[in-house]
Amino acid sequence: MGKPQKKSLADKVRKTKTSTEIKNNPFEVKINRKKFDVLGQKTKHDVGLPGVSRSKAIKKRKETLLKEYKLKDKSNKFIDRRIGEYDNKMAPEDKILQRFALERQRTQGKRNMYNLNEDEELTHFGQSLADIEKLNDVVDSDSDTEERGLLSAELTASHFGGGGGLLRKKASGESGDEGSQKAKSRQELIEELILKSKQEKRERQTQKEEAQELTEKLDQDWKSIQSLLAHKAPKAERKEPEEKPTPDEYDITVRELAFDMKAQPSERMKTQEELAKEERDRLQKLEADRQRRMQGDVEEDSTTKQTFLSADDLNDGFILSKGDQRMLSYHDGKWNLEEEMKEGEGDDQEEGEEDDDSDDDSGEEQDEEDSDGESGHSDLESDKDSVQEGGDEDGSATQEAPTMPHSSLSEEERLAQQEAAKAELPYTFTAPVTYSDLKSLLSGHSTEEQCVIVERIQKCHHPSLGMGNKLKLQKLFGFLLEYVGELATRCPPELSTVNKLVPQLYGLCQLFPDAACKAMQTLLTDSAHDMAEAIEIKGRAALPGLDMLIYLKITALLFPTSDFRHPVTTPAMVYISQLLTKCHVSSLEEVTAGLVLCCLAVEYVTLSQRFVPELISFLLGILHMAVPKKQSLGYCVVPPFRPSGKNSDLLTVCNMAHTESWSRKTLPLSGVQGLKLQNDLERDHYRLSSLATCLDLLKRCISLYKSLPSFNHIFQSIRILLAEHLPVKGYPTIIQDLHREVLEAVSVAPVLHTPLVFMKRKPIPLKLFTPKIVEVLDYGKKRGSSKEERERERLKHKYKREFKGALREIRKDTRFLAREKLSEIMHRDSERKRKVKQLFGSLASQEGEWKALKRRKK
Amino acid sequence: MAPSRSSSVSAEEPEEQQQKSRSRREMRDKAERVVQEPRCANEVFDLLELLQAEKERDVLCALSSCDHIFSTLLHRGDLYVGKLPKEEDLITGSYSAQEKYAMFMRHRYTNCVQLLVELLEHEAFAVKENTLCTLMKFVSLEAQQPLEATDWDGHRCFPRDLLKAVVGGLLSQKEDMALLISRFQEFLDKDDVRYYTLGIVNDSIGRVMAQARGGVLPVYQNNVFTLLSNINMPKKEQELRNFLLSHRSHNHEEWKPSKLKEHKRAFERLWFSFLKHKLPSGLYKKVLVMLHDAVLPHMSQPTLMMDFLTAAYDIGGAISLLALNGLFVLIHQHNLDYPHFYTKLYNLLEPSVFHVKYRARFFHLANLFLSSSHLPVYLVAAFVKRLSRLALTAPPAVLLMILPFICNLIRRHPACRVLIHRPDMTDEPTKDPYLMEEKDPALCHAMESSLWELQTLQKHYHPDVVRVAMAINKPLSEQEDDLGELLELSGYELFERDIQREQKQTETVPTEIEPATQLLQGSGGLLGLHFSLE
Repeated sequence: MGKPQKKSLADKVRKTKTSTEIKNNPFEVKINRKKFDVLGQKTKHDVGLPGVSRSKAIKKRKETLLKEYKLKDKSNKFIDRRIGEYDNKMAPEDKILQRFALERQRTQGKRNMYNLNEDEELTHFGQSLADIEKLNDVVDSDSDTEERGLLSAELTASHFGGGGGLLRKKASGESGDEGSQKAKSRQELIEELILKSKQEKRERQTQKEEAQELTEKLDQDWKSIQSLLAHKAPKAERKEPEEKPTPDEYDITVRELAFDMKAQPSERMKTQEELAKEERDRLQKLEADRQRRMQGDVEEDSTTKQTFLSADDLNDGFILSKGDQRMLSYHDGKWNLEEEMKEGEGDDQEEGEEDDDSDDDSGEEQDEEDSDGESGHSDLESDKDSVQEGGDEDGSATQEAPTMPHSSLSEEERLAQQEAAKAELPYTFTAPVTYSDLKSLLSGHSTEEQCVIVERIQKCHHPSLGMGNKLKLQKLFGFLLEYVGELATRCPPELSTVNKLVPQLYGLCQLFPDAACKAMQTLLTDSAHDMAEAIEIKGRAALPGLDMLIYLKITALLFPTSDFRHPVTTPAMVYISQLLTKCHVSSLEEVTAGLVLCCLAVEYVTLSQRFVPELISFLLGILHMAVPKKQSLGYCVVPPFRPSGKNSDLLTVCNMAHTESWSRKTLPLSGVQGLKLQNDLERDHYRLSSLATCLDLLKRCISLYKSLPSFNHIFQSIRILLAEHLPVKGYPTIIQDLHREVLEAVSVAPVLHTPLVFMKRKPIPLKLFTPKIVEVLDYGKKRGSSKEERERERLKHKYKREFKGALREIRKDTRFLAREKLSEIMHRDSERKRKVKQLFGSLASQEGEWKALKRRKK
Repeated sequence: MAPSRSSSVSAEEPEEQQQKSRSRREMRDKAERVVQEPRCANEVFDLLELLQAEKERDVLCALSSCDHIFSTLLHRGDLYVGKLPKEEDLITGSYSAQEKYAMFMRHRYTNCVQLLVELLEHEAFAVKENTLCTLMKFVSLEAQQPLEATDWDGHRCFPRDLLKAVVGGLLSQKEDMALLISRFQEFLDKDDVRYYTLGIVNDSIGRVMAQARGGVLPVYQNNVFTLLSNINMPKKEQELRNFLLSHRSHNHEEWKPSKLKEHKRAFERLWFSFLKHKLPSGLYKKVLVMLHDAVLPHMSQPTLMMDFLTAAYDIGGAISLLALNGLFVLIHQHNLDYPHFYTKLYNLLEPSVFHVKYRARFFHLANLFLSSSHLPVYLVAAFVKRLSRLALTAPPAVLLMILPFICNLIRRHPACRVLIHRPDMTDEPTKDPYLMEEKDPALCHAMESSLWELQTLQKHYHPDVVRVAMAINKPLSEQEDDLGELLELSGYELFERDIQREQKQTETVPTEIEPATQLLQGSGGLLGLHFSLE
């Protein structure tokens, strides 16, 4: 035993001493000398503990190799499957607890899982299922399930238990005493199982049958006794209906709700294309009908007669009787409303008014249309009451029409109808290819009709209906714009038509924003180019016509003005600014145009509150025109205005007496084109209106720019002008009030500023060097150029190292084994020596004893 | 030019009415006869008479005939050379027939020239033009075949009298001869013609303006100016090679037109005599516009223009702006010392400065003047502050130029940075200490102020202006902005730039959300509030 003890000295040391002690012991430590010091490199192996590592290796071998060696040539082995048997980390108490729990599970769980009604009681509505089962004994399916449960308990065990321990255990449990029968085959086992289950099933069935027989018997017995209890039962029945029919409100509502219509899946919403298609189909049908009527073959059958549907019809069954439509008439410049009120019926009045605008065609046509409408009307009512219809009609021009029998129309009425059909608008239009096409389509129609025409063109050529439609409508937008411009340049401008066309333009713009943008841009470019040329040649330009002003306004309506940068509104704003700075104001018309421009400029920036310097300068210039004395000004006007000169007193009121009769009126837009002001009085009134507008615009500007840091300086000139130069005294009170308001708003205390400083910004981070990335190689020098080659090199290197390591390990293993073998042999030998010695000793003692005995005997 | 004209006339012939063509043919035959046969010399009277005809066509015909006759005669040397005896003496004098013929023709030639000079005031431009061409043709022919006896002095041989008559016709006091003068310009390419013209115009001014007695003669002065502005002065002596006169006949060194110095002196003298008199204001501007690059470099002593320029600079308004350019040349190249120059420049800054036609030129110069690093800080600050205050009334195209201008000034003079960055001050808000009305930049307290105006312009409606104005929120970059392109930016160019700006491909143009139902609605219906659809 001496030698092994000596061998494991290292072990002993390791065991007895703590790691720090070992590390501090210089005899235990081996220092690996390094060739180079690499900065920042961490090495694991600069200090080695050979003793410790050796002891570790030996220990490891003892646990693995030695065991293997000892088990060599041994066929069976013992595995302890108890929980945590080999787990050192587990506390012994835990081990015991878990083992106990498993034991419980094994004994309990297995049975519970399949034997439903042994331990637990299943309930339904608080009643035991078992009880119910006993009552309704008709069910044999239940028994089935029961059986299945039982059967499967064992079957599953045999199937999925893999014929392993569990089954064997059970089998052994069941047939514990039959030790001899242990060696049963699997086949046999299963057969046995099936047999058993069938037997059990049969037993149960017989039991159930018996139970059923018993209950039937009982029932029959009960019936025989029932008659004795007969007088009691009806009472119980009578009671029930009395209780039932007292439904309170709650019940009713509940029932109602229950029977209420649930939301049913309805027809899907129609897509835009379908809607458009329907619309077009409808219009086409109407057109066909119109064509037919124009041909003159009126259907005599009143019941099938088509009623007229307007394009704007909501299809809600409401019919506008045409007879109630009246011409829009003016009497002494006033709308002839009162007369109509007297004539017309109350309910149709509004409708009539709306449509009045559209029908200012020739009087004849109107009448004929009336008759047409009336006949339609009468057709409608004929089913109900043919006598009453006369009373419904108003007593206008065509009184004989309602009295005519509706079924057979007279010849002249038929003619009238034809005429009416001609006068009516067609329902489909071809899209205009050129601007003159559109013009010819629209010319000769009233405002309303023009709108309807445009609308129908749009509907007939909805982009989803055909390939080329998109382009057509895009063109239509351009033409419409052109048309609007032309309307505005007419004399007098037809602005009400323009007004009605605006929604159409908006709709088209929504459909094709890009095309609309292009069209608008073209218009603006043309106009701006003209102006630039005029400035180039003459050095100044005239303010643009009404059409351009309308275009600018439409731009603001179609496109958002508040965008920071917008392909249309930004150039438009630049254009306005150009106009405000370059165009000389030399007449009252131009003053009007300038004021419209200012209005537009204010509108453009109302939302965004952006600053427009030209606007303020222009308003100052306009006000300057109202100053009578141009000497010693404390301010300077900005070009295009001049401090004094030919047109610098356009707005000075020439006779202060005229101011008294002035009342504030809105300026007419047509004033841009030409004013018809006969005398000084009218001119003065116009001047005052312009001044009022100007002051109001100023007021708005002031409220817009109140928050600007340079508010005081922006409005300084205006303040001086208003306070010192404008002859307010002579102006009417409205203007005086306005003037006072503006002056008060302007002459607030000067804005105080904090000095400007740069915005704080993040400090710039120091510049860093980009790290150089070097590939870490397992082997020393970089070999191989391509990636594959390097990989191969790496693997080769790795293989070599592993190979060496394995070799070393194997060597160590063999050495270890050899040592073990030797020690075993030594051990055996010493044992044998000991035993021999012992034998020799005992023999010697025996001999000695025997010799002593012999000596004694002697 | 003249021969081509006559050929074009003949080309038109077939289209003319027969009668006309016949008369023309007759006339040509007549001219031919006059040239060929001395016997028929009297027929020249018919032609001279025709020169005074009513009809433009007749005049043109006669003109071409006369041109033909006298140029041939001049060429042949058939005209009398030397001092011409009087017409009356012709018969009495004892001359040979040949001499008599030459004298006779010489008299007719003189008559013809007189008539032609009168024709320069004809109402039809074609006539005027042809006349001028003919006259100048005579000038050149006379220069080659002098009619006067050659003198030792080079002057003699140049037909000065004829040229004087022509120039006198051009500088009319009654009508604007701009077109004819521009036609005359091609003859001014000849160096000797130019030289003699300078002298002749100088004489003419002296004579005519003396009659005006201090008043202005707008038409005349305008004509003179047109002529003056059409003169292209040579830059080097070597360029003086293009002479009408063949200078083989006399010694080159002595001849004045061959010396650049003489040219310059004549030019200078002419300008002085021109500017000595009062100018109409439109002409004043025109003169100032071209003074710096067309006049000053060609003068032998440009500093003499100083008085004129300083007087113009003191006038104020646009004229001052224009005088600046000439002054700059004098200050820059001729060491002119101008006291209170910057104060005056400072006072030139008015709101109208952004709107005048010469804006780009002015700011180009202002940029040059303010680029000196030796300027005091208070001055630069005053300029910066004033410009930014004025920017509150400027249109966007100007703002795009003036804001980088201001930033450049601050960059050049880092001490001005306090205008946009004053961190050490207490945070108490103050009134703007800058005095806009103060004339003296030293007293206007600009250094104590900040550029709140630029802060205001950060709310400007034009996106580019906002972008540029935002530059003062951060420390300015070292690199100066390039003003070159911005100086000339006009409102229309800005507009075009905005129109042509690329829209992102993927985005559609945003449209107004609120549906439009009426023309006058939208944005609070402001338009509807003040205007009605009538």
